Amino acid sequence: MERKPLTLAEKTYMPQIVSGLGITFKNMFRKKVTMEYPEVKPPIPEGYRGQPALVKDPDGREKCVSCQLCEFVCPPKAISIIPGSIPEDSEHANVEKAPEEFDIDMLRCIYCGLCEEVCPEEAIFLQDNYSINGLSREELVFNKEKLYDIGGVREDEHFKWKKKKEAEVSGNPHH
Amino acid sequence: MTQSDWIDLLVKAGLGLTVIFSLMTMAGMSVLAERKVCGFIQGRLGPNRTTLPLIGSIPIIGRAITRLGLFQLLADGIKFLFKEETVPGHVKKFYYNLAPIVVILPSLIAVAVLPFGTYTNAEGVTAPLILANVDIGILVILASSSLGVYGTVLAGWAANSKYPFLGGIRASAQMISYELALGLAIVPVFLWANAPGSDVALGLTGIVSFQESHWFVYLMPFTALLFLITLFAETNRAPFDMAESETDLVGGFHTEYGAFKFGMFFIGEYAHIVFGSALFVVLFLGGFNFLPMLADPWPAGILGAVLSTLWFIIKTAALIFLFIWVRWTLPRFRFDQVMHLGWKILLPLAIVNLVVVMIFLAIITPTAS
Repeated sequence: MERKPLTLAEKTYMPQIVSGLGITFKNMFRKKVTMEYPEVKPPIPEGYRGQPALVKDPDGREKCVSCQLCEFVCPPKAISIIPGSIPEDSEHANVEKAPEEFDIDMLRCIYCGLCEEVCPEEAIFLQDNYSINGLSREELVFNKEKLYDIGGVREDEHFKWKKKKEAEVSGNPHH
Repeated sequence: MTQSDWIDLLVKAGLGLTVIFSLMTMAGMSVLAERKVCGFIQGRLGPNRTTLPLIGSIPIIGRAITRLGLFQLLADGIKFLFKEETVPGHVKKFYYNLAPIVVILPSLIAVAVLPFGTYTNAEGVTAPLILANVDIGILVILASSSLGVYGTVLAGWAANSKYPFLGGIRASAQMISYELALGLAIVPVFLWANAPGSDVALGLTGIVSFQESHWFVYLMPFTALLFLITLFAETNRAPFDMAESETDLVGGFHTEYGAFKFGMFFIGEYAHIVFGSALFVVLFLGGFNFLPMLADPWPAGILGAVLSTLWFIIKTAALIFLFIWVRWTLPRFRFDQVMHLGWKILLPLAIVNLVVVMIFLAIITPTAS
C-alpha cells in the first residue's frame, strides 16, 4: 500500500510526542483500576471453582454415599474416603452407605471440579472461597466435619433416596 | 589555622552536607514520584501500603503519608541496606566496587556550583545561595557530569559479562554523540548573557540574575528544546535509556549488581535527573527568580532565602515530573536511531541554532541590564 509521505512536522515527531503526553496526562486523572484486595474483594462469578466441600440435603442427610468416584477421578489424589455403613435404625437406612472418613487435602487439590462433575449424588460442590490458608500441612487436610461445615445444606431437586423409599413402600420399586 | 578558620571550614562542610542531603532526599523522592506517576498514568495507585507502627496510626496525617507511599522510601532503603551483597566470581573486583561510587559522585560535585536561592540582608545587599560561587560554573558542571558516564562504562567493563558490556559501550557512544549537542545548546545562553558590559563570564549566578526579567526559555525556545532533548540523553532517561534497556540488555550495565551497590546506581541515576532538572531551571527557567517580568517578591532575611529556595525546588520538581512523564509516554529508541538522531540531526541543528543566535545577537546587540 502506498503510504502518505510524512510532513515536516510529522518528521520531527514533536506533534506526536505532545499529543502522546496529553494522553498520558489525561490518563493520570482517570479512575484507577487497582482493586485494593484484602479490603475490596473481586466479584465471584457463577460457577466459580473454589474450595470443594460436602453438602447435606434439606433433611439433613449427608448426600455422599461413598461411592468413591471422586476419589478415583481426582487427578492429584487429594480426596481419600473410608466408606462406612448407615445403621439399620436410621431413617435413611435405605441409602445403605455413607462415608466414615472423607478427607480432602487442600494442598493437593487443584480445583479442577472433576469431583463435582463426577458425583452421581450431587454431594460435593466447589464453593466460591479461593483463599484457603493455614499454618501447618495437617491443618489443611480437611476432614468430613469441616467439609460439611463449609458446604452446609444445599437445595435438592430430586430427593432421589426419599422417593425410592416411598416407591418401595407403595410397592413400585422401579417407579 | 586559627580558630575562626576552623569554624569557617566546619560551617562550609555543614552547608555542603546539607546540600548533598537535600539532593539525595530529592533523588529518593523522585524514585517515589516515578513509581506514583507511573502508576497513575497506567491507571494504578502506586505504592500506598507501607507504614510504620506509630507514625502510621496518627489519625489523618499518618494515613495520608501511608497512602502517598512516603514510607516506601524508607522500606526500599532499608531493604537495599540489609540485602546480602553478592559479588559474582567473574567480576573485576576493584572496578566493580569503584563503579557505583563513580556514578554517584559527579552530580554531588556539580551541585556545588548551582545557585539555588537568594539572600538579601538588612542593608539590601543580595547574595546568591551557592556553595562555590565560581566564574567557571558551567565548565565545572560539564567536566564533572561527563565523568558520570565513566561509572557506567566501568560497571559494564568490570562486570565481565556480555550484556553489561554492551550497556557500557552504548553509554559511552551515546554520551560522546550527545555531549556535543548539549555543549552547543548551552553556548547561546552564555553568548546572550555575556552581552557587552556584563560580568557573567561562565558562572551560573550571573545567568540567573540575567534572567530576572526575561527567561531564556522563551527568548530562545529552540535552544531550550535542544538542551532538554540532550539532557534526556545525558541522564540516560527514556526514550534514550540505551545503557540499561532492560528488554534487550537484561538490566544493562548494572546486571551483575545487587543490594546496596545496585541501590547506589539507582539513586545515582535519580540524583543525575534532579541535577539535570536543576541545571535546566538555572539556565532556562530563571533559577530562583519568581516569574518573568515580575519583580521577585522574596522579603529580606532568612524568610526570603527559604522562599526563593523553595521556589527553585518547585521548578526543579516540575521538571523532574516532566522527565517521569516523558518516560511513561514514549517508547525507547533503537540504538541506531539514537546515533542517527544524535549525529545527523541534533548536532547539525545545534550548530545552525548557534549560528542563528550569533547573527541575531549581532543584530540586536543586547546590553547588560
